[in-house]
Amino acid sequence: MLIINIVGVILIALIVWWFWLYKPKEAELGENDLVITVENGTYSPSRIKVPAGEPVELKFIRKDESPCSETLLIPELQISDTLPLNKLKSIQLPALKTGEYAFHCQMQMYRGQLTVY
Amino acid sequence: MSSTNTESGSDSCHDGGTTNHHAHEAPHHGQADNAGLQELIIEGAGCASCVGKIESALKAVPGVESAEMNFAQRTVSVTGNAQADSLVSAVEKAGYNAKLAAAESEDDALAEKEQADWAYYKRLMREMTIALSLGVPLMIYSVVGGEMTVSTTGERLAWLVVGLLTLGVMVISGKHFFVGAWQSFKNHSANMDTLIALGTGTAWVYSMVVVFVPHVVPEMARHVYFEASAMIIGLIDLGLALELKARGRTSEAIKRLIGLQAKTARVIRDDKELDIAIEQVLMDDVVRVRPGEKIPVDGEVVEGHSAIDESMLTGEPMPVEKAIGDTVAAGTINKSGSILFKATRVGKDTALAQIINMVKRAQNSKPPIGRLADVISAYFVPVVMIIAVTSALAWLNFGPDPAVAFAMVSATTVLIIACPCALGLATPMSVMVGVGKAAEAGVLIRNGEALQTASKISAMILDKTGTITLGAPKVTDILVAGEQDEDAILKLAATLESGSEHPLALAIVESAQEKGIETGKVSNFNAIAGHGVQAEVDGKTLLFGNEKLMSERNIELGDFVEKAQVLAAEAKTPMYFAVDNLLSAIIAVADPIKEDSIVAIKRLQHNGIRVVMLTGDNRATAKAVAEKAGIKEFFAEVLPEDKSKKVQELQMEGEVVGMTGDGINDAPALAIANVGFAIGTGTDVAIESADITLMRGSLHGLADAIAVSKATLHNIKQNLFGAFIYNVAGVPFAAGVLYPFFGLLLSPVIAGAAMAFSSLTVVTNANRLRLFKAQEH
Repeated sequence: MLIINIVGVILIALIVWWFWLYKPKEAELGENDLVITVENGTYSPSRIKVPAGEPVELKFIRKDESPCSETLLIPELQISDTLPLNKLKSIQLPALKTGEYAFHCQMQMYRGQLTVY
Repeated sequence: MSSTNTESGSDSCHDGGTTNHHAHEAPHHGQADNAGLQELIIEGAGCASCVGKIESALKAVPGVESAEMNFAQRTVSVTGNAQADSLVSAVEKAGYNAKLAAAESEDDALAEKEQADWAYYKRLMREMTIALSLGVPLMIYSVVGGEMTVSTTGERLAWLVVGLLTLGVMVISGKHFFVGAWQSFKNHSANMDTLIALGTGTAWVYSMVVVFVPHVVPEMARHVYFEASAMIIGLIDLGLALELKARGRTSEAIKRLIGLQAKTARVIRDDKELDIAIEQVLMDDVVRVRPGEKIPVDGEVVEGHSAIDESMLTGEPMPVEKAIGDTVAAGTINKSGSILFKATRVGKDTALAQIINMVKRAQNSKPPIGRLADVISAYFVPVVMIIAVTSALAWLNFGPDPAVAFAMVSATTVLIIACPCALGLATPMSVMVGVGKAAEAGVLIRNGEALQTASKISAMILDKTGTITLGAPKVTDILVAGEQDEDAILKLAATLESGSEHPLALAIVESAQEKGIETGKVSNFNAIAGHGVQAEVDGKTLLFGNEKLMSERNIELGDFVEKAQVLAAEAKTPMYFAVDNLLSAIIAVADPIKEDSIVAIKRLQHNGIRVVMLTGDNRATAKAVAEKAGIKEFFAEVLPEDKSKKVQELQMEGEVVGMTGDGINDAPALAIANVGFAIGTGTDVAIESADITLMRGSLHGLADAIAVSKATLHNIKQNLFGAFIYNVAGVPFAAGVLYPFFGLLLSPVIAGAAMAFSSLTVVTNANRLRLFKAQEH
């Protein structure tokens, strides 16, 4: 029984670490060739480094049929847009200050983050 | 390869030189603004080798300087001065379909979306059918008391077959949950898929363990739960399908707006009338519209006259007379005569396109009330996972036998019943319907925040001119001093005012025109904000303005002060006119109150809103207008730059202040108010200038806007409350908190049904807003 309890506690610790504490690698917004794929409930890549102080363009392609994935919101920038299915969609971002900006779907089930450096 | 097939573009290949033609936010300049560059969308180009063929076909067209195709986006950028139609036909001759890039119309996008949604719906229904055709018989078997435990070899074999069938269901009907769960797990995120995959997966793995190695499980716990896995997947697929249907209805308003757009236009080019697709209409094209037809793009009438029904855009039921020089808007209907007009705004620049774009953006924005739910949603899934583990541990430690089975059931049920979707959908679905509903009534709400604040407005400031009144003043009295000629004074006054754009000035100029008086030449014109104007005409110094201006210049007014007061008490605006520092006349102008202003103001007051009038006019005029309009409080003689201070004064008193003005002169006050309402007449409204834009001139729009906001906020609260309660009560119930007291433990199948229908309930409740009707007026 003790072992089971320890396993349970470890499991909880793993959940906390994996979903909250771990900071996954960030993809860099390179020479216009980064495309964020919206598929299977995720943005991929979901963490993107973006240079500060210059307008940039994010490109999305949605392959997920779920209507949840259709809307893209970047609340801090007051951007909300619709991603068409299977079509490249560009989102223009103004010059940004350094910091972190979340982007997500309407229900926050699809989530990503822009790190402006 | 068929040349007519639309390539789906589902390959992820992309190249560096992509353009941003589909970006809504990008400033879009149609080919007309940018004569050198045109973009075409190519259909039917399935392979990279098509690129060369298309490019060379285009380069062969006279006038083309370069043609570059972007294969990933299926677009070609063409430079040069070739006609768009010749480019399209060149591509068509090469065996592909082409249209101008602007042709990616809202209509097409909508049709495509509906098609995609329909395909997804059918797939969900198919998957649901497969899952339930296994789940339902199993479920019935277990309910009628069939043996769900595993003890004999025969039972093991039979359940093994069922287990494999269930695996098949999970792969066929539930694959998207598992793939989604795994993908997001890899990304260190968790969503609804994670919960469903974990829940159904746990039940299946447990059951398979019972089948394969029964001895590791206590005898009492040798129970299989295949029916749960199959039922949950089937029910959730059903829930998703129904939700998709209900979601479709939430965007009806925007569909209606998009549907207003005409598909073709009849343009006159080289003296020939051509029917062309609306996307190919260029700026300055002359367009013919016959009675009963829709106006295809925005423009200015150059020939003929007609009555135009603008109700679809403005909510104004009466058709509006249009003659040469008047503007017409895309999406409105030509009622009576045939007209020719010159296109002034095409494609995404038309008022209708901008309205559609704004409504769409507003529909996706969130009011602050939804933020807590957002924060919760962000942590929701991992928290539920932790609760599931904790619950399983609690059962294992303290639960009755068979503890393992109880632990498994409670963990599965917790995972399945928790529904982040209901919480996440609660706000956006209501906003979607509410903003759409407002747009139908001619009220454009900028974003969710404006929507929420509008529902709380406690004081409304109304600008007098153009808001309460028609904003088209007329000269009513000219009282001259001494033996002067009235017409001569009007001529001087009109000459002086011809340089001004003030509505009162316009009234004087118009009055002179009506009498056939020609205006002279004016020099050294100087507008003294809030006071009046000064200029020189025929060597005389003319001064025209209010009492303040006259007293500052030490001009003797004598008994004219009383005469002015009498005029002011009749809701007229008296202005003093002085020539070379001697008072020469009072010219009074009156601006009639709009027909429905009085009723609309009553509506606001009935809703407990403190209505305050604001005007630059003198106190007496202000008082007379306020009394007529049924307003008790007013600020008079307010300089334009002080309007925002008045807004702040009310805010200091603790009011949530709405400010209504024409959106141009009142911009600072609109900006500082809690909610700024810009009132427009017709379609030529500055929709970017306020939180809420009323497309028709009537003040009823204010009451409608507030009513819609209140109804929407109420709906959001219901949704959020429902979703909170559902999760807060459902999760502990699923974990088994009621078991020690009542011996109740929820079945995972019931949890699956509850979860599937909780989000459907939210969407359905939001759809109730569609039935909302602003108070009859």
